[in-house]
Amino acid sequence: MTKSELIQSLADRNPHLLQRDAERIVTTILDEITAALARGDRVELRGFGAFSVKQRGARTGRNPRTGEAVSVDAKVVPYFKTGKELRERLNDD
Amino acid sequence: MSETITRAQLTEAVYQEVGLSRNESADLVESVLAEMSDALVRGEMVKLSSFGSFQVRQKGQRMGRNPKTGEEVPILPRRVLVFRPSHVLKKRINDGDADTSGYASDDVEPDTSY
Repeated sequence: MTKSELIQSLADRNPHLLQRDAERIVTTILDEITAALARGDRVELRGFGAFSVKQRGARTGRNPRTGEAVSVDAKVVPYFKTGKELRERLNDD
Repeated sequence: MSETITRAQLTEAVYQEVGLSRNESADLVESVLAEMSDALVRGEMVKLSSFGSFQVRQKGQRMGRNPKTGEEVPILPRRVLVFRPSHVLKKRINDGDADTSGYASDDVEPDTSY
């Protein structure tokens, strides 16, 4: 499922919704999550999962082609932990 | 201090942005999460451009250990969900770019002139 398929199925299930509104809903949700993570906030969506950020320290890496040592700056990476309900649904047999 | 964002703030943003009622905005936020969850439960990958992708992976059985008792216990085969953030998301988070309206900034080099 791609973003446009998600928008399409949202529009199909809510026939009173304009296609343009379906698109804005999906975009707004993703932008809000992104903005929260950029501020260092956590996004907790019970039953689905939680997005957070983790700090990674600076380190010395290597260019795999030349073997040359390069310094890699400290950075922040997004992290997602699956919610309990979704994890259980993935494994209901 | 870092805060926790929940469905309530997503609903408020949709309400402000799209101009539907608060109730309907809440239902639609839920609906988006349900569409994504249903696709994943069907085993489909969910790819959201400039955000990231969610993929279901099948894990085989392996031996684990109860950390308290040291006893060996089998970890049963199971399906797990993996999220891979897109480059755009990683970049926005590292630039501390809280303003994510519009996508034009995706292709622009950071302004280092100051």
